[in-house]
Amino acid sequence: MELGTFIQQFIELLEESDAEQISASTRFHELDEYSSLLALTIVAMVDEEYDVAIKAEDLRKAQTIEDLFNIIKEKKA
Amino acid sequence: MYNPYQLTNKTILVTGASSGIGRTTAIECSKLGAKMVVTARNEVRLKETLDALEGCGHQMVTADLTNPSDMEKLVATIPELDGLVNDAGIAVMKPVPYIRQKDLEKVVNINTFAPVLLTGSILKRKKLKRNASVVMVSSVASMGSFELGNSIYGLSKSAIKTFAEYCAMEVKNREIRVNSIHPGMVATSMTQNTSLSDTEEMDFSKYIMNRCGKPEEIAWAIAYLLSDATLWMTGSQLIIDGGAHLA
Ligand SMILES: NC(=O)c1ccc[n+]([C@@H]2O[C@H](COP(=O)([O-])OP(=O)(O)OC[C@H]3O[C@@H](n4cnc5c(N)ncnc54)[C@H](OP(=O)(O)O)[C@@H]3O)[C@@H](O)[C@H]2O)c1
Repeated sequence: MELGTFIQQFIELLEESDAEQISASTRFHELDEYSSLLALTIVAMVDEEYDVAIKAEDLRKAQTIEDLFNIIKEKKA
Repeated sequence: MYNPYQLTNKTILVTGASSGIGRTTAIECSKLGAKMVVTARNEVRLKETLDALEGCGHQMVTADLTNPSDMEKLVATIPELDGLVNDAGIAVMKPVPYIRQKDLEKVVNINTFAPVLLTGSILKRKKLKRNASVVMVSSVASMGSFELGNSIYGLSKSAIKTFAEYCAMEVKNREIRVNSIHPGMVATSMTQNTSLSDTEEMDFSKYIMNRCGKPEEIAWAIAYLLSDATLWMTGSQLIIDGGAHLA
């Protein structure tokens, strides 16, 4: 698992945010377009790409994209 | 005592009886005097339901309703019924671009195919008595509440709403009635597992009653549909959602 790949995959899900501004340290809950549908889309993408089921509390615990990446990595291990 | 809502001398099968709305429905129906047949996959949890039923003569049958031989075993085991509650179901939240065939199959198998095939198979074996009542546990997801990410679930529940209407037409000669019930969000393990937030901290402002429902509040409506108070009611949809459809 590569952080860089994950960030790219995350960017693919976004429709309004400026991709240039998205990095490992982006606090994704604070994005203007963050919504319940985007949250579900993140869960679905992670399931499809990594075969990992993330839960509501995982999304809550993660502040940044890197936090989320680390949670997925932990679950994958 | 005068009580047109009683269920004494009725035998009622409830699917999904190991948890949530199904379990509570079984318990409440037993309190209203019914003999219950309860079914689900998990033997331990199903036994807990059986133990919580009031009165005696109840029965449990473990079965996976997506498995044809389990379904056959269930239908062969059960006595003649006055009531059938098709409650077993699951929810999966997927945004449209991520829906895969296996998600569809998983949800539709238990939410749609199972109640349709179970009802059909019980009818074929003539195990539904004259004047029996069939209740389909659908959802507000088939009545205009379009929650984002809930399309698979919604289509599975719309299908059984429509099926209930067709079925009601076909069984009318035996005065069997078929109705569907459409709950809004109810606090059960289903809502805990599928939502991305806890029911505790959810926003219920769209619910006129400002809270989510309790399993009893659905169970009592199901009991009503099973009772002789609704002998003249068929092909109807009962929405119970704390008034959310008004918002
Ligand atoms: N909670 C809500 O907000 C809500 C709102 C509207 C409608 N509903 C509907 O109400 C019904 C009950 O939901 P609930 O909230 O009470 O959920 P729940 O607590 O998760 O109960 C679901 C039940 O279905 C059974 N079940 C699942 N898959 C099965 C299978 N393959 N074969 C046999 N049984 C199976 C489960 O038993 P085992 O795991 O032991 O098999 C369990 O008893 C569902 O149809 C749901 O769609 C719920």
